[in-house]
Amino acid sequence: MNTLRVQVEGIGLWSASLTDFDAFRRLLAGEALSQPVTRPSASALSLNERRRAPEGILVAIEAASQAVSMSGRSADSLACVFASAYGDQATTDYMCRVLAGVPTELSPTRFHNSVHNASAGYWTIANDCHAPSSAICAGHASFGAGLLEAAVQACADNRAVLLVCSDTAGVGPLGELIGCRLAFGSALVVSPCADASVPRLSLSLVAEDPQHAPLPDVCLAWMRDNPSASCLPLLALLAHGGGECVLAASEQLGLHVKMEVTA
Amino acid sequence: MRATTLPLAVTAYTATSALGLGLGAHLDALDQQRSGLRANDFGDAPLPCWIGRVPGIESTPLPDEYAQWDCRNNRLAWLGLHQDDFMAAVDTARQRYGASRIALLLGTSTASIGATEEGYRRLENDRRLPDDLHRRAIHTPHSLTAFVSAALAIGGPCLTISTACSSSAKVFAGAERLIRLGIVDAAVVGGVDSLCGSVLYGFNALELVSPEPCRPFDAERRGISIGEGAGFALLERIGPDTKAASRLLGCGESSDAHHMSTPDPEGLGAELALRDALDRAAINVTQVDYINLHGTASQKNDAMEAALVARRFPPSTRVSSTKALTGHTLGAAGIIEAVITLLALREGFVPGNAGAATPDPACSVHFAWRNEARAVRIALSHSFGFGGSNACLALASARAVA
Repeated sequence: MNTLRVQVEGIGLWSASLTDFDAFRRLLAGEALSQPVTRPSASALSLNERRRAPEGILVAIEAASQAVSMSGRSADSLACVFASAYGDQATTDYMCRVLAGVPTELSPTRFHNSVHNASAGYWTIANDCHAPSSAICAGHASFGAGLLEAAVQACADNRAVLLVCSDTAGVGPLGELIGCRLAFGSALVVSPCADASVPRLSLSLVAEDPQHAPLPDVCLAWMRDNPSASCLPLLALLAHGGGECVLAASEQLGLHVKMEVTA
Repeated sequence: MRATTLPLAVTAYTATSALGLGLGAHLDALDQQRSGLRANDFGDAPLPCWIGRVPGIESTPLPDEYAQWDCRNNRLAWLGLHQDDFMAAVDTARQRYGASRIALLLGTSTASIGATEEGYRRLENDRRLPDDLHRRAIHTPHSLTAFVSAALAIGGPCLTISTACSSSAKVFAGAERLIRLGIVDAAVVGGVDSLCGSVLYGFNALELVSPEPCRPFDAERRGISIGEGAGFALLERIGPDTKAASRLLGCGESSDAHHMSTPDPEGLGAELALRDALDRAAINVTQVDYINLHGTASQKNDAMEAALVARRFPPSTRVSSTKALTGHTLGAAGIIEAVITLLALREGFVPGNAGAATPDPACSVHFAWRNEARAVRIALSHSFGFGGSNACLALASARAVA
């Protein structure tokens, strides 16, 4: 396939143990993890929205805000792609429990929070963003498929695109089946790369399984326990300023990512 | 920044809904303005409302080789794939381009959540999904696309778009970008949503469900009637073999930035998506012969959309909602209504706006309250969803662009 070239203008990251991209850099540099926190601040949302939003939305918004802030771009005109393998699992668990009990007691707010594009809705409302927004899923390959979609949007329409990929810990019987054990979200602002002197990512689809350079053991555990943590090999490239990896982009396809730095 | 779009050929398409299986059933129902809605008989204690239900899904499990994906939504997908020789068209495309050169993009709002709901009704020890439903493949928003990818043996990019009621309109935009950039040569797009407790009781909680068959653009409309449906289309580059095929001219997308569950009453987001579609298609409003409206029969959508039509279009543009026939098929509405629009282009008629006995005074002269026989060369389809997700498709007959 044709190679897509994008530059990364901003990076966001949130999990209880890594509350931003700098924390991940420190981890890669061998520093110990700091004490886990319980909840992302998601300060882009109004107090009222923060109260109404479930954890899945807060994690997505927090990561998105960090990436957009680093990019220096204005969120109100940035196209966005929100990816998630499972959406907000606590909300799904709630919905199914109520429907199995007294379905007429379903909360209207929790119903509208249950749509897969809830984070995209909260984000565009909070930022008065009228640009196109999307919400996608590709199972365990949601991050790679989301990166492909964001890069395609950036290159096809010559615009910067915000990619957010997040999943929450499983709850209840659904959680038991799925086995997602922690909340994890990341975000990137990508734009088409015309300037060869800027560090850039070259993306191409390959018939290969995911592969990456060694990462700290704790990263591998997070990648097992949350599909959205499959961004970590790519974030490691960005932290190191070079290298390559293959991310899952579908059941059969890999997305080969090479970070190129040419003067 | 000038938006561009590559016009594409729509070389095959199909729809399955409460109106029946395939294009012939849809054309007959449109011709006779026969609604597929029925009194709600879904589930044990059905809400007093009307639904658009596809009969026979319960008694037709998936073949054994797809057993891990068996659930109502994927059965509906399977049923839909088998209409109008759609699978044969995909086979031909696969032979021509190779499996990895075809993308699959499907829209769904709730995927197979109905199976998760059923699992919770039959929990083992109140904590574990029952054995027959203890299958990871179905308890995920990607269930539909993963199943269809296997059923069609598609090896290219494979994406679920889940933006509520705009889902299966936005798939056209994603497919166009992949083809324009040369990442694939063709794409299967579509969407499937099926009846489930989440949407029936969810929209009921929002007081958006009508107790009677929905009446889009009626002065006394009382809300939506939920339906289910499956639709698919095959998109390819325009070439010597596709001269007779209808065209996808462009797709517009925008966000309302207004409210999670109600549209911006000013219609700003809807108008941005409309303008984006017109710009990408390089057409102006005077060229639009017909618009298949979102027209859900909710108070706010229909008021916003009627005002948008009156504000932006000349009287020569005819408009209607067909949701009183199909019900609101949510994540499948984009593809079902794209197919209805393609039928209007192919057959040369404007489908009437069924269900409205007393038109809302806000509706302008553009509304076609009954079927009208007339050439339709360029037509739009509107899809607006929760979270303020808007999409607008511009479609054309092959004659219009010859």
